[in-house]
Amino acid sequence: MLRRLILKAGAAAALALTMGTAAQAELNGPVNYIIPFGPGGESDISARLQQPFFKDKFGQDMVVNYQPGGGGAVGWASLNGLSGDGQTIMGVNLPHIVIKPAQKDVGFTTDGLNTFYMFHYTPDAIVVPADSPYETLADLVEDAKANPGMVTMSGSGKASANHLAQIKFDKMTGALTTYVPFKGTGASTTALLGKQVKAQWGYTTVGAKQGDAVRMLAVAMEERHPLFPEVPTFKELGYDMVGGAYRGIALPASASAETTQMWSDMIGEINADPSFRQQMLDGGFALLDIGKGEMADFMAARSEEYLNDARAAGLIE
Amino acid sequence: MELGHFLSALTPLNLGLALFGVIAGTIVGSIPGLTATMALAILVPITFSMEPASALILLGAIYTGAIYGGAYAAILLNTPGTPSAIATTFDGYPMAKRGDGDLAVALACFASVVGGMVGALALLFLAPPLSQVALAFGPVEYFWLSIFGLSLIASLSEGNLAKGLAGGAFGMILSTVGVAEISADIRLTFGSQVLIGGFGVVSALIGLYCIPVLIDLVATPDRHLKVEEGVKSVRIGEAFGIAMRSKFNLIRSSVIGTIVGILPGAGGSVAGLVAYSEAKRTAKPHQKFGEGEPDGIMATESANNATVGGGFIPTLVLGIPGTPPDAIVLGALLIQGVRTGPAMFTQSGSIVFTFIYGLIIATILMLPAGLLIGRYAYKSIVTIPKAILVPTVAFMTIIGTFAIRNSISDVIIMICLGVFGWVVGRFGFKASPIVLGLILGPIAEQGFVQSWTIGAATNNLLGMFFGRPISQAILAFTLITLILPLFLARKSRKPTAEAE
Repeated sequence: MLRRLILKAGAAAALALTMGTAAQAELNGPVNYIIPFGPGGESDISARLQQPFFKDKFGQDMVVNYQPGGGGAVGWASLNGLSGDGQTIMGVNLPHIVIKPAQKDVGFTTDGLNTFYMFHYTPDAIVVPADSPYETLADLVEDAKANPGMVTMSGSGKASANHLAQIKFDKMTGALTTYVPFKGTGASTTALLGKQVKAQWGYTTVGAKQGDAVRMLAVAMEERHPLFPEVPTFKELGYDMVGGAYRGIALPASASAETTQMWSDMIGEINADPSFRQQMLDGGFALLDIGKGEMADFMAARSEEYLNDARAAGLIE
Repeated sequence: MELGHFLSALTPLNLGLALFGVIAGTIVGSIPGLTATMALAILVPITFSMEPASALILLGAIYTGAIYGGAYAAILLNTPGTPSAIATTFDGYPMAKRGDGDLAVALACFASVVGGMVGALALLFLAPPLSQVALAFGPVEYFWLSIFGLSLIASLSEGNLAKGLAGGAFGMILSTVGVAEISADIRLTFGSQVLIGGFGVVSALIGLYCIPVLIDLVATPDRHLKVEEGVKSVRIGEAFGIAMRSKFNLIRSSVIGTIVGILPGAGGSVAGLVAYSEAKRTAKPHQKFGEGEPDGIMATESANNATVGGGFIPTLVLGIPGTPPDAIVLGALLIQGVRTGPAMFTQSGSIVFTFIYGLIIATILMLPAGLLIGRYAYKSIVTIPKAILVPTVAFMTIIGTFAIRNSISDVIIMICLGVFGWVVGRFGFKASPIVLGLILGPIAEQGFVQSWTIGAATNNLLGMFFGRPISQAILAFTLITLILPLFLARKSRKPTAEAE
């Protein structure tokens, strides 16, 4: 992109000026924050929320741009070919970066991505329209057991967080629901509001956005979401489900350890800001602080769970 | 929606922003590959340091300008600057070829202003009830809408139906390449990384439309466009007269554009195509669509600008963005702390109404700005010598394609498709059916799979596909569009047969 070229030229000029004096990693000009999806999704919204805090704290512009394609694969496959000078970062998503490379060769591997921070997740939630006959989770499970397959549930994509949650939940309850995949959470929510399906495998963010138009029956968190004190967790209702779609940020693999640490510290600092936390909670997100140090353990644990679930469901070999 | 909101949209700063936005948007939109989405994404951070309403006016003005700007390249280079302008090439380029490019550009401007106004007024007065249209459209309706769009292939390729259908089918196959949007399957990539992102609509547009024009420019000694000697200005008066005579077409197309704009799964390209198809279906006998008929340009250009206002209806009322640019505006609103939803018109009314009035003002400003830029664009294209025009456009196609998502794969795909399009073009296969298949294929596929899944699960496949009123209406229109040309062709053949 032209703008990128200009940014790069600017960065290179700045680099030349500071050469010799820079021993510690530091930013040289605006940062390019690539979202490997289109605008409007949860990845975009959370990046947009980070944007002003970044400028405020570190004095540099954070430029968000979109590189959609292949369900994120186009972006992630290109990441390690970009410059590791710390001026370019890219959003990463779980379970996508685990499931996709396990399906086929998509040009990147989970371990090949230099993921340095997971900063939030959108907890799974079952959402119904406000006038739905399902008042509680038990109502839905009962109906799904009595009428196998008749309870249709929309969700975002296949082999996605929503789909894995649906498979897991059906297995736990012994009920049989029908999963109808849509292109993104926006489309799946539209289908719910239009009564094309009976319920939705969505996230707490849907509840935050739609307000009174919908009701959440349960959320997949350890404790209730502060924004929805009246919505029970799956755990309270006897189902061991905690999780959702996790989002973080990665640098190209060529970035130095100092640069990676600097970024991990910066994102952690934004995450610690009380007003950022408040904005994220108001949007229905749940914050997470997995920095560079804890990343390997976190990824290993999540990968194992996703791969087991996906294998059991026949989504991967 | 009191006067106060209107007046606050009229401050010098807001007026200046609206004018700047329209001009910047028009220029961005006229360059194939640079899209409104991209321009908005870059400018969103400005909204942090601005009054929310002013920032939104700027974003809305850029968006509406970009949709109009797409017409220039469509008319003067046969290459839609944005996907919304695909159907503008059908009649726009033939007009430009025969020396009426200036007239076509002026017509596109009038039509865009009318369409933009209808969409914005619908947003102002009818947003809450109209937003229900977005909810009434389920998977089946999208499926039938895409089939209706595909039926346009039949009327686009009169006399050459087999080749049109083959092109459409080829486009649909192209649309399945790469990681499938909802099933996440990786299809037809033959193990290649280049194809994993699939055939992007914008890169396919640039390749299939622009490369053949470039090759022909190099291969033939003629001038790019015919120029009438002595006519200097953009023919504003003449264009206005034609637009006035076609006011019914303009209004119908604007209404179609508004309604299609409300549908989150459709967008400007589908709106333009549906409006074009309707204009053609109701054409008078002397009108020759596809050979430079002014009504064809006006139908598309009014419909695609009407999607701007239409698209903001579900965005603002339901929090469901109608198009990618809407999604960016929605993001900007969220960061400003504006909660979308039915309550927004009352709670955050001042921002929302100032924004809507700003959109209306930007649409009005598009008239002088669009005519001026159009005149300049036309003059440069016809006066630049070929030796400069060809390399400039070639350079733009490559930069534009690369800019979509910084991907060299897209550039390779664009050039290969372009050469392919030129070769099959010599055998009578046109680009438009292929592009229609590429755009409508995924809508048809997703709608079909979702409808089938729901229908099969609830043991009601027939009712799902044929039992819903909106589906039945779309199906009826499809049949009329398909059968009418056959019927008319038979009728017109009879007298000649008797004469023999």
